[in-house]
Amino acid sequence: MNFFIEYSIVGIASGGIYALIALGIIVIFKSSKTFNFAMGEMMMLSAYFFYAATVTYSLGLVAGFCVALAGSIAIALLIERVAIRPMLGRPFIAVVMVTFGIGSIIRGVVGMVWGPNDLQIPAILSRSPVMLGDIFIPGKTARAFAIAVVIVVGLIAYLRYSRAGVALRAAAADAITAYSMGIDVRRIIAFTWIIAAITGCISGVLMANVNTLTPHLGMVALNVLAVVILGGMNSIGGVLIAGFIIGWLEAVTGLMLGTEYREITPYILALMVLLVRPTGLFGTKEIERI
Amino acid sequence: MVSYVETTALRSPAMWFTANRLTTGLLLVILLILPFVAPRYWIYFAGLLGINIIATHGLNIMMGYTGLLSLGHAAFIGVGAYTAALAQIHLGLPFWIAIPLAGVMAAVIGVGFGLPSLRIRGLYLVIATLAAQFILNFVFVHWQSVTNGDVGLTVQPATIFGVSLNNETRIYYLILFAVVFMTWFVVNVIRSRVGRALIAVRERDLTAQVLGVEIVKYKLIAFALGSFYAGVAGGLLAYFNRFVNPEQFGLLLSVFFLSAVIVGGMGSTLGAILGAVFMTLLPELLREGALQVGDTFGFDIALILVPLRETVFGLLMVSFLILEPRGLAQLWKRAKQKFERR
Repeated sequence: MNFFIEYSIVGIASGGIYALIALGIIVIFKSSKTFNFAMGEMMMLSAYFFYAATVTYSLGLVAGFCVALAGSIAIALLIERVAIRPMLGRPFIAVVMVTFGIGSIIRGVVGMVWGPNDLQIPAILSRSPVMLGDIFIPGKTARAFAIAVVIVVGLIAYLRYSRAGVALRAAAADAITAYSMGIDVRRIIAFTWIIAAITGCISGVLMANVNTLTPHLGMVALNVLAVVILGGMNSIGGVLIAGFIIGWLEAVTGLMLGTEYREITPYILALMVLLVRPTGLFGTKEIERI
Repeated sequence: MVSYVETTALRSPAMWFTANRLTTGLLLVILLILPFVAPRYWIYFAGLLGINIIATHGLNIMMGYTGLLSLGHAAFIGVGAYTAALAQIHLGLPFWIAIPLAGVMAAVIGVGFGLPSLRIRGLYLVIATLAAQFILNFVFVHWQSVTNGDVGLTVQPATIFGVSLNNETRIYYLILFAVVFMTWFVVNVIRSRVGRALIAVRERDLTAQVLGVEIVKYKLIAFALGSFYAGVAGGLLAYFNRFVNPEQFGLLLSVFFLSAVIVGGMGSTLGAILGAVFMTLLPELLREGALQVGDTFGFDIALILVPLRETVFGLLMVSFLILEPRGLAQLWKRAKQKFERR
């Protein structure tokens, strides 16, 4: 039983990072109905930026992180300007395919520049385990969880109470009306890409710290699709709980059925959500049945 | 909403075949005598190309004509390949039953995955097919007793009238026949009532519904048909490679067919063929080019070949979608018009 609780806690802890990635996807989806399949690759690229800054150019951890953050924001704005904005008004699936193509480009370029092997980024999280009573939690996972949750909660609060957040919700509700009321919708879209770059950068660095850094790090974001579906596509608040649920389920199926089942758990869950409640747990009813 | 395929796409595939009977016939004759003149590697390559064309037709029916994006095409090809292999190993079925069976099996499984999300508009089908990609691949790897895991299955060559199709040239003719038949079939389906309904669903689903087109039914037909094509391609692939293993059917292959449809031109049968040819040739050209560059500057290109391919696939997808959504088929048409005007 103790074993089960330990696995559950570790699972929920890894769900914190999922929530962070999912937040980046949902914010963009809300502002422009663009589903960003390149999120995982943006995250992976940020981790490589961090690696380059701290290891190759031996900057400090803080300076290195700032460089990585600046780099990711620049890349996100570049993607938005060059590839996403020309697609405004085009069919939904065409835009999805563009983001898919961008992911492929980033993965390829990273593979060419840094090679396919695992890299080790400098440890920013302490390894010393955290004990909850007599339950043992690996140090990196626990600390990554704490950081991710603080940032997710902070961003959710920011998007709820700040002017930018209100403008974002206005643009999501009705872009044309928002535009005529003086909200610069294009800037809102660019703003959501910046948010995605920030969450991507933080989650990328955390992820590369818990695991190792490879060009396939971004594949994790495909598991996050299940988080987005479960939480509801347009529910910013839902990501946190959905992230915990998915992380927990992954860990528990890994324990009960064998680790190989971990990789398909999110997809089976996503299919079940599609079958039973396509809006997700917290999404508002924007499903168009036909 | 801007449509990415002009409405004359309704007529263009048919015109392409009837107005150019001569060209088509000539092309067929060339393809028939090719094995007598071309080197063996070419014939091997042509076989692969044919299989890719069939699979691209399938994805084009879903994505190009009906607007249903599938990220699990490779997995459905895999279902076909495993079905054909298992039908031969356990039931001893000949290829002319096993390959259609592979198509049917892929269609059934494809519809099973698509059914819940085909009723809802938007992203849900994309996620369901992505789930299919990973779940099916998982089954290929982990259902040891049936699929033999990572090792895979060995397939005996197809036999017809006692002749074993055991080399490139012999299987080439089987594939050529399949490509011609499947292309003929898709051209005619699109011209028919069904094809027009599919295009109507893509263009304006609600309008189509009002006019009496049952959207869900036709989406299902498109999905089943597309998966059937994938399954047939998979069945052929099983006999072509004579082994089947999970590694062949990864996400990268799904992306490959996605880019083939986009580059060729969505909603165009000619486009599907052009796209498949282009995308199959591209890795070879890239390898040759990279070898040249590597020789000149003296570094090892073997390491960067796979990521280079991913980069170029992605670049092509993005730039065609932004700059020329009608793909190579449109470029071809434009070039031809220019030529004819002169």
